[in-house]
Amino acid sequence: MSMIVKTVTRWLKGPILLFGIYIVLYGHITPGGGFGGGVIIACSFILITLALGEKNGLDVFSKGLASRLDSGGLLIFLFVGWLGTYLAAGWASGTFFGNFIATPEQSYFTLLSGGTMPVLNIALGLKVASALFLVFTVLTALRIAQPGLDLEENPEEEGP
Amino acid sequence: MIYSLCLLLILVGLYGVVASRQTVKIVISLVIMQHGVHLLLLLIGYRDGGSPPIVDSTTTLTSFAGLTVDPLPQALVLTSIVIGLGVLALMVALCVRLYDRYGTFDVTEIRRLRG
Amino acid sequence: MASNIQVLIPLFVALPLAVSLLIQIVARGRPVMAEWLANATMLALVLMTCYAIGDTGLYHMGGWPTPIGIDMRLDALANLLLLAVSLVGFAVALYSVDYMRRFTARGHFYSLFLLMVTGMNGVILAGDLFNLYVFLEVAAVASYSLVAFGCAHEELEASFRYVVLGSLSSALILVAIALVYGITGTLNMAHMAGRIAETGMDAPLLLAFGLFICGFSFKTALVPFHAWLPDAHPAAPAPVSAMLSGVLIKAIGIYVLARLVFNVFGVSESELGLLRWLGILSMVVGGLLAAGQKDIKRLFAYSSISQVGFMVLGLGLGTPLGLVGALYHLINHSMFKSLLFLNAGAVEYATGTRKLKKLGGLNRALPVTGATSLIGSMSIAGVPPFNGFWSKLIIILACVESGYYGFAAVAVAISIVTLAYQLKVQRLAFFASLPGAMQNLRREPRLMALAMILLATGCIALSFAVLGGLRDPWLIGAAQEVLTAGVFE
Repeated sequence: MSMIVKTVTRWLKGPILLFGIYIVLYGHITPGGGFGGGVIIACSFILITLALGEKNGLDVFSKGLASRLDSGGLLIFLFVGWLGTYLAAGWASGTFFGNFIATPEQSYFTLLSGGTMPVLNIALGLKVASALFLVFTVLTALRIAQPGLDLEENPEEEGP
Repeated sequence: MIYSLCLLLILVGLYGVVASRQTVKIVISLVIMQHGVHLLLLLIGYRDGGSPPIVDSTTTLTSFAGLTVDPLPQALVLTSIVIGLGVLALMVALCVRLYDRYGTFDVTEIRRLRG
Repeated sequence: MASNIQVLIPLFVALPLAVSLLIQIVARGRPVMAEWLANATMLALVLMTCYAIGDTGLYHMGGWPTPIGIDMRLDALANLLLLAVSLVGFAVALYSVDYMRRFTARGHFYSLFLLMVTGMNGVILAGDLFNLYVFLEVAAVASYSLVAFGCAHEELEASFRYVVLGSLSSALILVAIALVYGITGTLNMAHMAGRIAETGMDAPLLLAFGLFICGFSFKTALVPFHAWLPDAHPAAPAPVSAMLSGVLIKAIGIYVLARLVFNVFGVSESELGLLRWLGILSMVVGGLLAAGQKDIKRLFAYSSISQVGFMVLGLGLGTPLGLVGALYHLINHSMFKSLLFLNAGAVEYATGTRKLKKLGGLNRALPVTGATSLIGSMSIAGVPPFNGFWSKLIIILACVESGYYGFAAVAVAISIVTLAYQLKVQRLAFFASLPGAMQNLRREPRLMALAMILLATGCIALSFAVLGGLRDPWLIGAAQEVLTAGVFE
């Protein structure tokens, strides 16, 4: 990759990551949320891999960390949902994913509103970002298709 | 009229799946077909002259129900896009592995199973 | 009791999902821990299912009331299928402890296995059409990966065909969901049933229904849409074949067809006629093609197509007796087809081959496999007093009772063909004399034998279910009533 691409990547990787985090965090007020924001966060790491080489990309966000964040994000999602069974009150009591963080009236449409939704968005953002980065890295940087290769292991598979 | 364009996109994808000789082209045609289906789903929720379904401190229930497009198909399409992404990753990994084993991307040569 | 079952319903889906992710984090390099976690989860699911028998419930996720929120519905039909999934899943999880020892990355296998169980449980308990679609995709993607697990030539090729056809059918199902949402304005199945009953089945709804039948017939492998099954089921590793053929094609195929036809769209003569003809076609084509196979697992795969034809014929009859026959055959087939696939896997584990010409005399070398395979073969062929005999008898009696004498005759003929090819397998693989190249085979390991004995016991136990009466077997009569109760409230 040419010098222009590398320099611009070094400047832009921070703002792209920040923009993705903004979309994840404000997911309950503006369009976006976990899925879209997670894709943008993954894109910032993929940009590093594409422009600066796979070694730099894996140094920033290693395969093991991505795999753990992948499963960990969804486990946090399920855990928050399961907590709703115990902590939710009122008409949502005793149900999975019941809302248990109360939102006072005057704080509607601000960042700290929306009940459990910001927490769920953050967990989803973590999961989608690490899953997408893992898919990209495994398919391009760690495996090269060669005819007649005889391998034993199975591919890294992720769920939807 | 615009629904028939969605149907055309789905049919183009279907033709690609049926008539392609390479595994990667089959994968791309499947993605085109899924795009057509998502467009159809989004169009079902569309309202002529509607506003985006975003609630702020000035909207009421009646204004929301009367003026905005339907937000439910948008959520359905988001979910379906992510599912499609998972299946796409799996299919591309399978194409890579098939190339390792058979040495070709050509579907007519990957035919050991018959009967 | 009511609040207990309310807490339990989402756990059917959340527990295998959470353990699947836990295995990814904790048991990466430690396959023994993954085996323990997976088996403990399946045992917990069996206990939860047994606890939930007889209870029904409607669960609102997050407390949101019905037309707005996502529901999970547990009724007698869901109970029956959950029982099938968890019993077969537990036996297969036990079996895979020994069978998968020669594969690497076993942690991934158990994660994918539990994801598939999550998907199936989610489809069974879904009260909302899009929730059903999402869990259908979860189960399907997990099964695509599991079919390709060993990365041998046949597995990859079979999995690629399976993925392409499966994605095609999922796209058709999504178009049908879009059409139904556009017409009725809701995705909740109970609410949708009410709207469809008001407006009646006009042209767009008929198109949506046709697309649903096409899409779900792919998943069930009914006959014009069966092309993926004879490649995918034999090529997969044996425990995966048992799960796919035993429960997946039923939980995401026949169960959803039954729900859509009986509980959502409302029964009509043309719909039932379509199901009857699809059933007869699958029965005949599957049975005849199975008789000519030389590979033991491919024979069993075609036999699955044939038996699924029996079930869909029973569904298409529409009478209570026909539905009892179809549902009884469903749970019977889960038991004995999984047992037969596990037997084939044990044969392959010991001898290294699946071609019938090269096998012989395995009764002496693999006694547990031989005995359980005899029970399985007698059950599927419909020999009294095993469970297959009772369910096929009920379906044939229901055909005669509704006046379809031709269909009954065809069903009897295909039962005889089934007996013929099962006897062929028994004779060639188990009873003849041992070929010279195959002395000193290793016996099947203990856990594999235990899993096969478990499923064989299940087969024999199910043949006692008919003691409740031919029209109302234990648990199946209640399930049939859910379907004949008609459209949701």
